[in-house]
Amino acid sequence: MANWVLKGLRTGVKSSAYPNRPDDAPGVSPGRPMGTRLKSPTAADELVARCPTQAIARENGGIAIDQGRCIHCSRCRRHVGEAAAWEPGYEWAAQTSDAATALRKLAGMFGRSLHVRFVDAGACGACMSEARQINNPYYNMHRLGFFITPSPRSADILLVAGPVSDAMRLPLRKTYDAMPTPKRVVAVGACAASGGVFGPSFAALGGAAEIIPVDVVVPGCPPPPLAILHGLLVAVERKPPSALVSAAPRPTTGSA
Amino acid sequence: MAMLDRIDDDAAGAASFPELCRSRWRGEVVATLDEAQRACRVECGPAHLRDLCQWLTRDLDFAFATLVVEQTPPTGWSLLYAFYKDAKSPWVHVELKLDAAVSAVPSIADLFHGPSFDWHEREVEDLFGLHFEGHPRLGEFILHEDWPEGVNPMRRDFDARKRFEPRAMEPKWEPPTIVTAPGAFAMPIGPVFSDFAESAHFLLESVGEDVIRTIPRFFYKYRGVEKIAEGQPADRALLLAERFSGIAAFAHGLAFCQAVEAICGIKPPPRAQALRTVFAELERLRSHAAAITGICNSTALAVATSQAALIEESLLRLSCEITGHRYLFGSVVPGGMACDLSAMDCRHLTDAVFGIAQELRSLLQMLRYSSSFLDRLEEVGIVTEDKARSYGLVGPIARASGVARDIRKLFPYAAYGSVDLSVPVEQEGDGYARLRVLFAEAEQSAAIIGGVLSSLTEGAVRADHVRLRAGAALMAVEAPLGAAFHWLRLDDDGKVIRYRVTPPSFTNWHGFHLAAENFAFQDFPIILASFGLSNAECDR
Repeated sequence: MANWVLKGLRTGVKSSAYPNRPDDAPGVSPGRPMGTRLKSPTAADELVARCPTQAIARENGGIAIDQGRCIHCSRCRRHVGEAAAWEPGYEWAAQTSDAATALRKLAGMFGRSLHVRFVDAGACGACMSEARQINNPYYNMHRLGFFITPSPRSADILLVAGPVSDAMRLPLRKTYDAMPTPKRVVAVGACAASGGVFGPSFAALGGAAEIIPVDVVVPGCPPPPLAILHGLLVAVERKPPSALVSAAPRPTTGSA
Repeated sequence: MAMLDRIDDDAAGAASFPELCRSRWRGEVVATLDEAQRACRVECGPAHLRDLCQWLTRDLDFAFATLVVEQTPPTGWSLLYAFYKDAKSPWVHVELKLDAAVSAVPSIADLFHGPSFDWHEREVEDLFGLHFEGHPRLGEFILHEDWPEGVNPMRRDFDARKRFEPRAMEPKWEPPTIVTAPGAFAMPIGPVFSDFAESAHFLLESVGEDVIRTIPRFFYKYRGVEKIAEGQPADRALLLAERFSGIAAFAHGLAFCQAVEAICGIKPPPRAQALRTVFAELERLRSHAAAITGICNSTALAVATSQAALIEESLLRLSCEITGHRYLFGSVVPGGMACDLSAMDCRHLTDAVFGIAQELRSLLQMLRYSSSFLDRLEEVGIVTEDKARSYGLVGPIARASGVARDIRKLFPYAAYGSVDLSVPVEQEGDGYARLRVLFAEAEQSAAIIGGVLSSLTEGAVRADHVRLRAGAALMAVEAPLGAAFHWLRLDDDGKVIRYRVTPPSFTNWHGFHLAAENFAFQDFPIILASFGLSNAECDR
């Protein structure tokens, strides 16, 4: 057993510097497409046509991205005339509009300790895996005061992944109902945000918001662990939220 | 007859197999060789299905791969039972054509190898509404109790986009229990767990501390992938193939792309084939590291869990650095690869994987000498070789029970033909055997990556002309969790008519109850982790 202690000590501290400082280690995040100004007049049409989930819309002579629909297929940046701008980073979590006021009022009550319940509502496994990583030594959510709770009765936050498959509607609803108020729902991944590639259909809904009120959306397919941590931090107002739609930058007037 | 039943490998060779079939069945079946697919088509009637499947599995040692049902209006139904054996034998496609008016098929789930057909029959009954005569447990399988009777979503006339009105009724699942001792009770676990676990439900029949048997229930995550793929262009359906099981996205994406390539006669360039091998092994390495993390975690060995989790995360970061996606989404396309590796990427990948292999070796070495850890894995969750064969189990679980089947070795795809692969096999079939197989395969994956990258040829990574055409193909790949079978039928415009996936988790979850019998309650998470299966992959 002493071997394990030594091994642990030799490994040293691996925790990410986030949220105190940005974590720019290579590979922590795949990045994501952002609203882009395009030079060619036909480029926007090409990108809109390329996008399999209608996440791209024409705007201001460029494109805007609906992050809740984006499934990170990279088709807007590979083998295209003009590619969408790809931004590194992971602070992706956005508040849903009606939650903003409620959040502000209640954030103080949660303070620094937060108990999280996770429900898999038909997630593909990648979101599950990324959510699991926030427990690993790199991301170590415990240092931020986040804990997984074994019972919905003591949960403050419900983490949902997946488009909500038919058979998971009831378990999801029941878990939410079993949680005491005040409570927050964080939807993780494109499927939980918009149904992703699966919903809405006969077997899945178009996201968690169809069953329960969602306060924070963490877009991405899958969102990397730091984006999920950002989602939890946004839910308790320890970090500012990002926008769900990345608008095309406005044309700057008078520049050289 | 006895002589014909005992044939050697050479006699079962591709050319002679139809001969063998014809002489054994004397005009009762029609056997033809399909050179293109290297498969022998055997058309038979319902009267001979049983004996034919018995003959293939019991006498000739074929393994059952998948059952593909197609509704073929106006004629009726076509059922294809696909069997495979080894590189010398052709695939055998047993085809059963049924009239539209027929709604019953003989069940073959009670044969010795019947368990491997069992879940396929139940699935078809649920989704197509075809009845399997003689099957003891039909209904309420994929579609749970509150699903309306008589609505079969895989039928042609069912609209996949149509949403069902929310049904308020509370489902009540009452499977037959067998334990009747005084004080016996059934303990439900799931579908929502206290950790980051996938949705599934387990009913543990117990008389106290010891669990007598486990009744699992899946398909909480059924998203109808096969149905919603219908009518979609191939490149859109590829997104579904990748995303129905995100942790094995590359393997399933690859199988789908290979099916498209087989249909359309596309040959990916050699560099693409080599890169596919590299990425497939990178995914396996990551998946096995995740499974090892899960096993360490289930035994509450905290430092080992952290060490394995660090390895897993570094592999995720590595994948992201070289392909732009932590789970390799979007890297494989019909005709080749969507991304290439620079010389620098290759060096980085080689070095990183070499380092990770060393860390895994040192982790295994430490685990080997942790008696408290071994105590919890050894002789826990045993699957015997006989059972593994009759259930047709695949992947590391089968290989830990003495079944040395590996699709990469049997039917080499991508660049596996030029890889020297020895299949790691263990005999005990317990949790520790499964752990050792995971470590051995992870080590081998690292070696394959290094080997393929060292001899990587220059050139394009994508075929020039990808023109889609109508046709059908069945493709097999060795996904991280085992053999995955993808059947695809495209129309003239390259749109999907029928897509059928038999993922390894579907095959192996069926055998889970074998390992979860007569055990102490606290071992349940360990048995679960040593199987390391994915519900997303199983449920589709």
